[in-house]
Order: sequence, then structure tokens, then C-alpha cells
Amino acid sequence: MSEFEPKIIAFVCNWCTYAGADLTGTSRIKYASNVRIVRLPCTGRIDFMLLMKAFSRGADGVIVSGCHPNDCHYTSGNFHARRRWIVFKSLLDFMGIDVRRIHFAWVSAAEGAKWAEVVNSVVNDVRALGPYDGYKNLAPIAADWRIQDAG
Amino acid sequence: MLAKMRQKAKDLLSSGVVSTVIGYGEGSGNRVRALFIRKPDDADKLILDERCVQNLAVYLTKREVRALGRPAVVARVPVMRTIQQLMFEKQVAEGEVAVIGISPDSQVLDFPDLKSMAEYVSAIPFELSADEKAAVEKLEKMTAGERWNFWLDVLSGCSKCYACRQSCPLCYCERCTVECNQPQWVSVPSHGLGNLEWHIMRAMHLAGRCVNCGDCFRACPLEIPLNLLTQKIITDIADKFGGADEYALNAFKPDDKEDFIR
Amino acid sequence: MGKKTINVDSLGELFHKIKSGGKRILAPVEKDGVILFGEVASYPEVATGYIQTVFSAKEAVLPRFEEILRFSSEGRDVVIEEESNKPVPTVVFGVRPCDAKSLSVIKAVFERDYPDIFVQSKIDSTTVIGLSCVNSDEYCFCTSVGGAPGDTAGSDLLLTRINDANYLAEIITEKGESIVSSAPELFSEAGNVDKDRHLAQVNRQFDLDELEKRLPALFESPLWAGQSLRCIGCGACSFVCPSCTCFDIQDETDGARGIRLRCWDSCGFAQFTLHTSGHNPRGVQSKRWRQRIMHKFSYQPGELGTAGCVGCGRCSRACPVDMNILQHIKDILEAR
Ligand code: SF4
Ligand code: SF4
Ligand code: SF4
Ligand code: FES
Repeated sequence: MSEFEPKIIAFVCNWCTYAGADLTGTSRIKYASNVRIVRLPCTGRIDFMLLMKAFSRGADGVIVSGCHPNDCHYTSGNFHARRRWIVFKSLLDFMGIDVRRIHFAWVSAAEGAKWAEVVNSVVNDVRALGPYDGYKNLAPIAADWRIQDAG
Repeated sequence: MLAKMRQKAKDLLSSGVVSTVIGYGEGSGNRVRALFIRKPDDADKLILDERCVQNLAVYLTKREVRALGRPAVVARVPVMRTIQQLMFEKQVAEGEVAVIGISPDSQVLDFPDLKSMAEYVSAIPFELSADEKAAVEKLEKMTAGERWNFWLDVLSGCSKCYACRQSCPLCYCERCTVECNQPQWVSVPSHGLGNLEWHIMRAMHLAGRCVNCGDCFRACPLEIPLNLLTQKIITDIADKFGGADEYALNAFKPDDKEDFIR
Repeated sequence: MGKKTINVDSLGELFHKIKSGGKRILAPVEKDGVILFGEVASYPEVATGYIQTVFSAKEAVLPRFEEILRFSSEGRDVVIEEESNKPVPTVVFGVRPCDAKSLSVIKAVFERDYPDIFVQSKIDSTTVIGLSCVNSDEYCFCTSVGGAPGDTAGSDLLLTRINDANYLAEIITEKGESIVSSAPELFSEAGNVDKDRHLAQVNRQFDLDELEKRLPALFESPLWAGQSLRCIGCGACSFVCPSCTCFDIQDETDGARGIRLRCWDSCGFAQFTLHTSGHNPRGVQSKRWRQRIMHKFSYQPGELGTAGCVGCGRCSRACPVDMNILQHIKDILEAR
């Protein structure tokens, strides 16, 4: 288990967090390389189905991040998104899905350091939790092959 | 009240205000079924008792029903709430549908228009029954692992017959997300993942819209308590956003509270 | 091939024998108040006192989803594996005579054009222990479609409860014989038993041949729309039906490898006949309802020599909006 490196998918908005993550790089701040960033126009566009897809395709953790409240490029996309996340996270928890693997953040274009911090802490948390097989293994394809690969 | 409802149906039909009355009639055995009354004389086939619970608003968006002309619908409170939501979603417009309202104490209600129906039904608090609340709380008290096993177990039987979806008056999409296959968002076969994601997706699409009529649960041949999911969302919306009147996920407050975004 | 009796108390031992012979047993079991076929380890798990299971025994030979093949790409080659879906030797216990009969409908469908190895091999490796009906309800109409509450067709061994202690066991096929010979000590010779006296009374309600004759002329009739106005277009009727066989093929992939699955589908669904062009020849529910009736009572008798309905009544029981197939058939026969 000590060698386990979690796969983290980050869904971020174009205007704040993506720019923030860019700043992390240009500021030469080092952070965990476990994260794959998917850029979307706005948090309002981050459909919950994307998060489900990430888990079913083998993500061990997910980060969702966008502009701080009142800073959304489209004025209210993140306010709508926030309501949806509140409901979605609670629903997943109600279904026993491991919500410790889903992390939400507001990271602005100026917060390069915060982005590194968010990623590092999520990677650490998820590394401690171990791989997330329970969800994806519900599909015959994942479950069978995992067994095959192990054998 | 039965006589009054039938009379109302007759009046609406004979005056030509509507061309069809959608109501309840006797069905097989002790069951009741939806009737589509076209002639004033047939209005005497309408019945109204505690078995008449199907949410007839499901027919308001069906093409072949709409093709019959303007309908009137026998509507208890959940049905009226549905029509209100359908109006909000621009599926039903003022003037397109007449409502034969039935109050919680089974009185026949006259509404001159859908706006007055919406005002009437908005004044009735929208909340879960004590039993429904208890069922949600029972699950909330379990550990995450117990809840996971509970849902895997109850959903394992789901065959994806989609009776729950089709009976739902708010699942009127002509192409449901489960049928969108580029990409295939939800697995089609009813294996563990396909079933789990179908039910997450369904509940999320009904978040803030579901009127808790119970038809999805009644439709399921396996009696899967899938309405627990929408009921959980109803309690969350009431707790967290103060029980919005309209579609809660179409609205927001700048100071909506959460405790998990860093 | 012979008639025996078996004591109710011996069924536990019979199950034990079947299992130790390496066969899996599927039987009606109760789960949260719903009766379904499921795998059982021993006889006491078997449910009693029901008219019908919600889903039929069809799942033993046509599961709701099954693997057809796996594929992966290695370099420029595609590697195909077809080994994984092998039938498990199975005994299905407690199959109603209508369900037993439906297996021959399924067989006929999956023999047409080409033999479907998945269905055929499952049928071949399945032994059906039928259970005659002592009770029926207003939805049952087996006798109108060529069946009967004590019909032996489709069963390998048919049990009929003849008194508090005993079942009559009619041996119909070699497979049935081999069940009996695996535990001969549990069976006794049956004397003269008047089996019919112990069966449910199901009256014949319509003439199947007449229906088949009448249907083609009714294709354009307005009666379909009248009947189906309340139909909401779900798949409950087809999925619970023992003789509905429509399926869908789905590929599920993960990078360079994938799995091809077959799963149930239904002609009641709006998308079932949707063309890529956007045209849908059955664009409204009345056309889909007509298809359901036409296929079962006109096309299948013509093409397969057997109706696609065994009168189990499941679709009527399961329908959320009370579409009652028996009543609709009678109305069709009365249409002028
Ligand atoms: S009605 Fe029941 S079995 Fe059918 S799709 Fe819904 S939950 Fe699944
Ligand atoms: S589940 Fe969602 S996409 Fe499907 S019919 Fe209902 S609202 Fe539409
Ligand atoms: S059509 Fe209905 S009655 Fe006939 S076999 Fe199928 S489920 Fe049974
Ligand atoms: S653009 Fe960043 S949240 Fe809307």
C-alpha cells in the first residue's frame, strides 16, 4: 500500500482555478503530480455526471474548483454550482459513496499557492484512504479485469 | 363530492372548454386506472376514493393525449404541485389545461386559472410525512458502509424497466440521459454500476423538482424504495435552502451555507 | 415416462442430492415481500403460497445482462475471447406450467436464422422442475393460449400437490428421469391419481386462432390508440414477460479493452425503433402497443408457429397503469 499513488481528477473553471493552477506553475511552486486537470468554462458547467464518470474510470479522488463567490466570470455560475454540490454531496453520502474522496475549493487566478496546497492535501488524504475500487468494480469490465491483472 | 366532480367534468366537456377529462375509473380487480373521458355522458364513470393516487399530470406531456385537444385533469395536491412545476418549466402554459382540484379533505375545488391553482397549492406546506422522515433518518443514522451495502442490495434487483421514470410526470424528457450514448453516460445493462449511476442520475435530475407523489415507487415491479433518494433531497433542500417554492436548483442565495468548500 | 410421488418432507433431501450432483438450484424466494427466482442452498428457502413470481424463469436462460465476448487490441491486432459465458448446470425448481411453456417460445426465437449459442446452451444445461398451479387469479389465462395449470409441456419433471403430504411427480423427459434416478429412494410409485382434481380452475376466455386471424385487418384500427392512451411506455411488461426476448447489445470499454454485453430491451420504449436519421417508425405509444400485441399474437404464430404469450398474466399484474392484456384482447376480438 505504501507505493500507492492516487489518481486525482480536477474539474476546474477556466477563469479562476485554471489560471490559478497556471500561476502555481509559473511561480515554480512544486506540487503533487497525481492530478489531471480538466478545464471547463465555469463551475456551473461541471455536471455531476462528470464526477461519476471520473470514479467509474478509475479516479481515486476528485477535486472541483472555481472562482470565489461573487467572482464568477458569468456572475452566478458558481452560486448555482454550490447549491448543486450541496445536494449532490449529501446524496452520495446518503448512498454510502465515499465522499471523503470528493473535494471542493474556491481558487482564484491569484491563488497559485492555494492550488498547490489544495492538491497536496487532497493527494495526502486520498493516499491515506487507499485506492477507490468499490465504485468502479461494480462494472463487470473493471471488476473482471482487476482480478485478471492481479492473477 | 363525487357528484360534484362528475358534474364539473360534464360541464367542462359539454361547454367545450375542454375536450378530454383525465380522471380515475375502475380497473382490473380492485385497481383503479386513468380514464380519458371524451363525452359528457361518460363522466359518470369517474370515481374518486383513496385508491385514486396516480399522478395524472404524467399524461399532460404525452403527445397522443395532447393531440386530443385541451384536457382537464383531476388533481389532488401532489398533482397540482406537479402542474405548478410543469408551468415553471414551460411544459404547460396558462390556458392549456384545466384543473379539477381535489382538496386534502376531498372537496372539489374550482380554479378559474392555473395561477389560482398555483396560489392555492403554494399555501399548503410541502413536507414529508412522519413515516417518510423516519425512513430517511433511519438510513442517515447508519454508517457509510452500511448505507453502501443497503443501496447495493436494494438496487441489485433493478432491471432498468424504467417504469419509475415513465410514471414520473417530471421525467418528460424525450431523450433521457440514460439514452444519450455519445458518450454513454450511464451503462445500459442493469449491472451494479449501471443501476447505481442510473439512480444517482435520476434523483439528481429530480432534485428540487420532485413533488413526492410516490408514483415512481408504486410503479416499480420490485418495490424498490427509490423514492427514499428524492425524499432525502427534499429534506436537504428544506433544511439548507429553506424549502424553496420553485425549483430550488434553479435559484441561489449569495450566502447559501455549506461547510465543505475550502 | 412415468408417474411417481414424493413426500413434501423429502424435497429437502432431493435438493441436497441435486446440489451434491454439482448443479445450481434456482427457485422462487421471497425478498422484502417480493417473490423472485433466486439461487437457493436448501429447500426451506423456497417461497410458498404465491400465484406468480414477479420476474419469470426466463432469467435462467436469458439473463437481464450477460457477456457475449471480450476484446482487446494488442498492437495492430484485435484479440477476441469468447470463452467466459459458459452455462452453469442448473435446476430451476417451482416453474409454473406457463413459464415452462415459454422456454419453447424462447428456444424458437433463438433458433430462427441462426442458433444463438448462449440461449441454446443454457436451455440444454437447464432442468426444469415444474410445479402445477393449485391457485390462479383474475390475470391468469394460460388455457386461452394453449396451456393449462397442470400442463407438462416444457417441464422435465412436473410436481403437483395432491395432498398435504405428497406431490405427484410426472417424469416428462430424460432430464427429469435423471433427477428421479439420482435419488430413487425418495420417490414411490404413484397409483391412480386424479391430477385434475387438484389443479386451479382457469377458464378459457378467448380463441387464439380467431385472434390471429383477426389481427392483420386491424392494423390501422383506432382501437390501439384508445387502448394505449394510458400506457406510459415503460418496459415493465416486457421485462416481466417470460416470452419477451428483445435485447440490446452494448460494448463497455476501458482503454484498449472492452466487453460486449447483451441486455434486455423493450419494444415499449420510445427509442426502441429510433433510426439514426431521427425517423421513428413507431413514434407514438399506440404504435408500440400495437406492436406488442401484433408480435405476440400475429407475427410470432406466423413465423415460429407459436404465440408469443403463455398467459401468465405478469404484464397485467406489473403494469403501473393497469393495462390488462386479457381485457384488451377480448376488446380486440369484439372490435368490428
Ligand atoms: S421501476 Fe424499479 S426496476 Fe424499473 S427501472 Fe425503476 S427502480 Fe428499476
Ligand atoms: S431521469 Fe433526467 S434525463 Fe431522464 S427523463 Fe428524468 S429528468 Fe429526463
Ligand atoms: S404477454 Fe403478458 S400474459 Fe403473455 S406471457 Fe407475456 S407477461 Fe405473460
Ligand atoms: S467562471 Fe469560474 S466559477 Fe464561473
